[in-house]
Amino acid sequence: MSWMRFLHRKRSDSELQDEIDTFLTEETADNEARGMSPDEARRQARLKFGNPQKVRESLWMQNTPQRLAGIARDIKYAFRTLSRTPGFSIIAIVVMALCLGAATSLFTVVRSVLLRPLPFRDPARLVTVYEHFRGGELSYHPVAPADFYDWRSKTHGFEDMAVWRYAGYNLTGVRNELPESVPAVAGSSNLFSLLGVQPALGRDFTEADDQRGSAVVMLTWSVFERRFAGNTKIVGGQIHLDGKPYKVAGVLPSWFKYPDDSIQLWVPYKSDASPEMLQHHDWHGSHVVARLRPDVSLASAIAQVGAVQYQNHLQYPHDPVAEDVVSRSLNEDLAGDVKKPLTLMLSAAGCMLLIGCLNVANLLVARGAARQKEVAIRSALGAQRATLMRGQIAESVLICAAGGVGGILLALGATRWLAKTWKDLPTAQSIHMDGSVIAPACALMFAAALIAGLLPALSTTGKSMLKALETSGRTGSSSVARTALRKSLLTAEIGITVVLLLAAGLLLKSFMELRAANMGCVVDNTLTLQYNLPGKKYDTPEKSNAFNEALLARVRAMPGLRGAALGTTVPGTGYWGTDEFTVKEHPPLKAGEHLPDALTRWVDPGYFSALGIPLVSGRFFASDERIERSYKVIVSRRLVQQYFAGEDPIGKHLHVPGRAHDGAPNLMDWEIVGVVGDTLYQVGKEPKATMYFPILEGRGGATLVVHTATDPLQFSVPLQKQIASLDPELPVSDVLTMNQIIGASLVNASLSATLVLAFAILSLILASVGLYGVLSYLTTQRTSELGIRMALGAQRDQLLQLMLLDGLGPALFGLGLGLVGGVAATRIFQSMLFGTKPLDPVVLAGVIGTLLAVAVLACLVPAWRASRLDPMQALRTE
Amino acid sequence: MRKNSEQQNEMLKGTLDMMILRTLVGGDAHGHTIAKVIERTSEDVLEVEQGSLYPALHRLEDRKWVSSYWGASENNRKAKFYRLTAEGRKQLLRQSSRWRQMTRAIGLVMGEESGAQ
Repeated sequence: MSWMRFLHRKRSDSELQDEIDTFLTEETADNEARGMSPDEARRQARLKFGNPQKVRESLWMQNTPQRLAGIARDIKYAFRTLSRTPGFSIIAIVVMALCLGAATSLFTVVRSVLLRPLPFRDPARLVTVYEHFRGGELSYHPVAPADFYDWRSKTHGFEDMAVWRYAGYNLTGVRNELPESVPAVAGSSNLFSLLGVQPALGRDFTEADDQRGSAVVMLTWSVFERRFAGNTKIVGGQIHLDGKPYKVAGVLPSWFKYPDDSIQLWVPYKSDASPEMLQHHDWHGSHVVARLRPDVSLASAIAQVGAVQYQNHLQYPHDPVAEDVVSRSLNEDLAGDVKKPLTLMLSAAGCMLLIGCLNVANLLVARGAARQKEVAIRSALGAQRATLMRGQIAESVLICAAGGVGGILLALGATRWLAKTWKDLPTAQSIHMDGSVIAPACALMFAAALIAGLLPALSTTGKSMLKALETSGRTGSSSVARTALRKSLLTAEIGITVVLLLAAGLLLKSFMELRAANMGCVVDNTLTLQYNLPGKKYDTPEKSNAFNEALLARVRAMPGLRGAALGTTVPGTGYWGTDEFTVKEHPPLKAGEHLPDALTRWVDPGYFSALGIPLVSGRFFASDERIERSYKVIVSRRLVQQYFAGEDPIGKHLHVPGRAHDGAPNLMDWEIVGVVGDTLYQVGKEPKATMYFPILEGRGGATLVVHTATDPLQFSVPLQKQIASLDPELPVSDVLTMNQIIGASLVNASLSATLVLAFAILSLILASVGLYGVLSYLTTQRTSELGIRMALGAQRDQLLQLMLLDGLGPALFGLGLGLVGGVAATRIFQSMLFGTKPLDPVVLAGVIGTLLAVAVLACLVPAWRASRLDPMQALRTE
Repeated sequence: MRKNSEQQNEMLKGTLDMMILRTLVGGDAHGHTIAKVIERTSEDVLEVEQGSLYPALHRLEDRKWVSSYWGASENNRKAKFYRLTAEGRKQLLRQSSRWRQMTRAIGLVMGEESGAQ
């Protein structure tokens, strides 16, 4: 009701004016009837009515809720005050916009990635199950298919369990479209129904599809749109994978991006797996998703699976079969690696927001001081404390509201940028801002406004404010408390800044360590590209070798190349496969002892010299060590150190159960012919023992690496032309320089280091502005005191020292607090560091040095100004 | 005269609403008529202050005790007429019975023989 009145108050005012007119006319008419002259009649009518303005005012007030009017007045007043000092206001608003924007955007990512439920049916009951080798640290080990089938048939805690593994195909067109190698997933037929996903078009996989040799495929929405132009006729039609026709069963919905958005195709799990592979308990490469029964606890369901797995472990004591299983929620499984950096960045943004608030609070305290007398007079005239505080808080509310609007706009862009730049962010949920993020952002904004406004408001409207009237003299005593408040705000600000600087310093140092890590091979001026010879066309080892050798010969003949090499996995591109082995000449392992394992790679004879990997002893492969003569292996230095301590490994044999010789399944012994230097399979990881087998045993998939004399990227087209001239249908993928590969694996480290550093620098600037502000204020406050000191004979440099120390006090105190807090905080993210410890002396010294330098600079200007005061002028100043 | 009306103000404050409602029992009226009727029936003892009459009318309308419409006055001027609503009639009954109780009680205290008027 009162709102209606409020909204209609303009109309009711104009109605009132009409009514007043009516009254005056009626009264004039009455008066004339009584016999007055028209002028007198009008005069008397007006006299009788009184002041029409007053009537209008009292109706207007009656129609206006008083509290609202008060707030409107406060805001109007605050707006005027702020626009009187546009510099201050703009800085404060920009600061708040940056702080709120960063916090909102990181919160958006956190909410999308960590907090929001997955877009699947009843996602809280979805878990992933991994194998776990006891003894080591907690690891989530991929699952062997045979283990999975045992779990599924022998346990009852889950409604259903599904399995999938990564796969890849060459997608070729029916009508001469460009070949393309596409990432795919092979999943069991129950996976989609377990997740609760319906195909957007066509049908789901059936039990009958999930058989060896079945040629059925499901498209993801992205490949359906991109490659098949969204043509629904493709459903039920055929596409060619690795040269083989596959029937398209259906198309997945556009939002479905599990396990990540690079996946283009889904095939049934068993379609290209041999029965032997499916019966292996040591073919660890699959992922298991399970849906928990509603009436069963996760712990008991997992305990059942664990018991089955332990039986498997006992059954195969000599195979790498895990003793136990571990599980985590599907959500956590997807978020896995980003949880820690994300939490760190969110905390950093939170710290920055706090510093922003403290800074605005600090600036407002200074303004409050200037308005001391005004506040005192208003309260002497009867203003209540609440009213005065409301007036003060209105300013910080205005600043934060403007900053908040800017911050939300900023966050829109920043979130999009983060989602694009951050490689590991799970993409199963889309990351975007919506009402559920903006609402907390607004709450945050008002919390910030309260923090920034309440402190100064409390301090300027305290009981002592009436003293301001008395102390128009020279003592300035009432400002002592306020100065103390500003100093403690500043101490907190500097403390938090130091924590941020420490975190940023450590992340930056570990990023640089990563950047500088020695790969063990040539990195600069190298270009890699991948191809995969389809098994249908290259059906014998000889055909594959012929292609590989012809390619190498052609490439090596190209001008401007220093070397070319073929390998399955080049350094820096990841873990890929390992194989277990024993040394034939060593005594057999005790039962239950783990088999040693090493990374497996296949290389051509010229690989090591082309990539600059040094030969430690022995020799490289000879070019005739191929196919049936290829029972030779080269090992890395790390393998020799681990398993041949004090022995000469050359001439010894590795027994590798997973690598039986072609056509001779009982022959598994490989003679060691050489030892080469270590390379890193991934930046930031320790080098691992590696076995190199000859690629000329007939492998079809390879990475071509060329070492060029000049910019390697200019060779990418000529190299692809060489491949096309050998086989025009062969697709080439991942044309990247080695530096790009390494850079891509460092993107996340660089992102967190850069962001936290940006937050820290901004905080440092804010803190130094605060320091400068406080000291300038102090100088003004103490002008007359300084004048007296000078009159009594104090030297200028003594005054400089006095003021400098006064300002550096809170800086030093904050530094101490920050170091203590920082050391505690950095322990939490120790696992994100590489080659750096939380108490890194270089970083510590750097942080302390930077902060002190900035603090001295910020204090120097006002202190210098204080020491240059003209004593006569200073004494006269009030 | 002015001073006199100031004194009345206090008393009028709570009763103005009631008197307006009572006046409207006699028929729809605009502001000027209402003021005139009140003055006349009180034998010019009560002088309605316009500063409170119009806000009071708007308040009563807001509470739905009177409704309003635009019509023509006796002198053919556009005027806003007020009409008593059913709700207003009930309110008038409530207020006037309370008023009678009050004046009777005050009369008794003041020792007047005809307390209830």
